[in-house]
Amino acid sequence: MAKTKDVKSSVYVSMRGITKAFPNVLANDRIDLDIHASEIHALLGENGAGKSTLMKILYGFYRADAGEILLRDKSISINSPQDAREHHIGMVFQNFTQIPAFNVLENIALFLPDLQPVYKQSDVEERINEVSIRYGLHVDPYAIVSQLSIGEQQKIEILKLLLSDAKILILDEPTRVLAPHEVDALYEVLDILREDGYAIILITHKLNEVLACSDRITVLRGGEVAGTLLRSETSEEKLVEMMFSKKLVDVQKTEQGVQKISDTPILQLAGIETQGEGNSTSLKNLNLEIHSGEILGVAGVSGNGQKELGDVILGMEKSLAGEKLFFGKDMTNRPIGDIRRNGVGFIPENPLLMASIPYMTVLENMALTNTWRYSQQGGLQVDWEAVRADYQATQEDLGFPFSLYTLPRSLSGGNLQRMVIVREMTHDPQLLIASYLTRGLDVQSTLAARQALLKACENGAGVLLISEDLEELFALSDRLIILFNGEIAGEFIPSETTIYEVGHLMTGSEVKYVAER
Amino acid sequence: MTLLSILGMISSAIFSGTSLLYTTLGETIHQRSGIVNLGLEGVMLISASSGFAVTAITGNPYLGVFIAMMAGGIMNMILGFLVVTRRANQLASGLALMFFGFGLSAIIGKPYVGTRINALPRLNLPGLSSLPRLYSSLFKFDFLIILVIPAAFFVWWLLFRTRWGLGLRAVGESADTAFASGRSPFLIRYQALFLGGMLTGLGAAHLSIAYTINWTEYMTGGRGFIAVALVIFSKWHPLRAILGALLFSGAVAFQLLLQSSGVQISPFLLDTIPYILTLLVLIVWGGARRHAAPASLGRIYQGVE
Ligand SMILES: Nc1ncnc2c1ncn2[C@@H]1O[C@H](COP(=O)(O)OP(=O)(O)OP(=O)(O)O)[C@@H](O)[C@H]1O
Ligand SMILES: [Mg+2]
Repeated sequence: MAKTKDVKSSVYVSMRGITKAFPNVLANDRIDLDIHASEIHALLGENGAGKSTLMKILYGFYRADAGEILLRDKSISINSPQDAREHHIGMVFQNFTQIPAFNVLENIALFLPDLQPVYKQSDVEERINEVSIRYGLHVDPYAIVSQLSIGEQQKIEILKLLLSDAKILILDEPTRVLAPHEVDALYEVLDILREDGYAIILITHKLNEVLACSDRITVLRGGEVAGTLLRSETSEEKLVEMMFSKKLVDVQKTEQGVQKISDTPILQLAGIETQGEGNSTSLKNLNLEIHSGEILGVAGVSGNGQKELGDVILGMEKSLAGEKLFFGKDMTNRPIGDIRRNGVGFIPENPLLMASIPYMTVLENMALTNTWRYSQQGGLQVDWEAVRADYQATQEDLGFPFSLYTLPRSLSGGNLQRMVIVREMTHDPQLLIASYLTRGLDVQSTLAARQALLKACENGAGVLLISEDLEELFALSDRLIILFNGEIAGEFIPSETTIYEVGHLMTGSEVKYVAER
Repeated sequence: MTLLSILGMISSAIFSGTSLLYTTLGETIHQRSGIVNLGLEGVMLISASSGFAVTAITGNPYLGVFIAMMAGGIMNMILGFLVVTRRANQLASGLALMFFGFGLSAIIGKPYVGTRINALPRLNLPGLSSLPRLYSSLFKFDFLIILVIPAAFFVWWLLFRTRWGLGLRAVGESADTAFASGRSPFLIRYQALFLGGMLTGLGAAHLSIAYTINWTEYMTGGRGFIAVALVIFSKWHPLRAILGALLFSGAVAFQLLLQSSGVQISPFLLDTIPYILTLLVLIVWGGARRHAAPASLGRIYQGVE
């Protein structure tokens, strides 16, 4: 008797019978969820399972069709984020809630619960610095957010949450774009907060993180609860089984038969230099080659020139010096359209901002980078039937189901990434630039995306794979370069180095050591 | 051209620029919250006519100014109902508001055409009283003129130094983000419209109760639209708006001076000088990425899903 009472009294928030329907999907179907104080509760499920929707309901960002929310056994009504924040509920969104045109300080001030009606910037700055030093999350308060890399933006989101005086913390995939040491730092912070009695809800697709840090795990499947488990009762296999109906097949790198499409390198950068505006990094004397059938991995902490590297290859950023050659042909500073026509696919670091128009349907977005392929009668008409057929074929190949007739903003985070991957893989790219290829993807989709990448290589494409996930880089790359501060700080064959060596170079601590070697 | 005529030109630039600047400041606030108010012309006409009418009836110009201000705020509430609550298209609603203003102001103002009223008193500026009367009378300003530049600084301070302004600008950039931060985009947009409407009303009051001291139908003569252009010209910044309003009204005054001094250029051509000047400045200044329009300007916010 006494025991049940104990358990009951430690329940901090509970959600009862939460149901939420969007046009054509039942995102949450009578979901029950109990969150205790002093626990890290992991929320798992495949892409589109309804995790983000459930958490947005708890934060008041969406309104549930049915169900109730209890705080310490008392029913409360949460009709807006304002209500949720008054109950000390805070959330880091998967797709961020930041204003690109504002600087970091204004973005954080916007979310401060106790901001003075007339605030002093220096006071806010002081508070940001204090917390960012305490938790090792370094940001420049006066940087404009639109110029920051996705990893830096993620850090701002976490800072906002830490400064918001919330006791129930919701983190929707906070680690997908952080570097390994930042991930470790975040989990240390969460550990401290757990000790202090906070309730933490963590959504992630990285099962090893879940098994390392969480206390309890709830798995969602198709909008319903598939089960809640203690960490000690579970294993990776068991979780995967609960999440997916299909069995997972691991990615295999087949040693046989790359069909080379050209002997000259597909892409050559020689002495490329760029001038970063404001807070963005400048590339300095960058030299690299990508050959047919090869995956060149780019490791580095976000914000060290990865974004600029992708942009300069695609032609979105001007190079001030140096040469860019495609198949030996000079394409330096040519317009993006020309580069795209050479068969270049691009999966950028932030698909919502950089690869999709939120107010056009998914299908229209698909045709967007390839309008010349589908135009009829000299561009007066688009062959939508062909667009649909092409992309549906790729969707089936990859096993990425999502509707082509909704708006991208209504796709789940993972489905948005799937959309971009499907688009860029469809027309047999000859060169593929992929930043954070698998960010936000569930375990199964991750495997499918990696498989597709390897298949493209077998067909002779060259791939530039930009990531902070060293395991992914080691598993897929043929060669690996490390970017630090806009320069190549080292180059390796994955089998001849270790994750630790690369990890150190990423933080710049051993640049000298390599140079001397 | 005598010194007197040049001083006269400056004085008339200040007088006609004042109503323009108040209106531009109002529209800056609307647009910073994400709303394009194309109905300004109508709002101004309603404010100018009702302010004039109240002054004529009560003999109290201060009361007239206050009523004009309120009328501006209330007119904008109509727009707010359409574009915020009913989620109608902003451009269409703005134009509807304008035509509504044309009609209603004509009815309000009709009995007072040609009526003489107590104008807003003009104050002697200290230090200028020693000048000859002819000169010093050019620089006797009413309190609305004296307050217009402080008003621009006030709007700047409000937008960039206060919590409310931060939230307002956030709504104009991304209503979803503002909502996630615990604010109500609907409420903020209504507040922005009301405040902006009051500023527009002040501009209109200056026009009818202090500057022309007169009511005629359609007396605003396109000022509402010029204010919209000036907001873009000043890149949504209240302090740059001072420059814009002065430049524009200065060009108008200069053009009038040229005409009156008998220069042999077609007056129609001269009329276009201010607009050409505005275009030129836009070309030179345009394109800088840092001062782009508020990201969700003109977009309808759908509210909680
Ligand atoms: N605003 C919206 N409008 C319409 N449909 C939506 C909206 N938000 C989510 N959905 C749909 O609801 C379902 C659940 O989405 P949700 O974002 O909760 O998934 P998730 O579990 O977070 O997935 P992921 O791991 O990919 O982030 C999806 O099918 C999605 O398309
Ligand atoms: Mg999600």
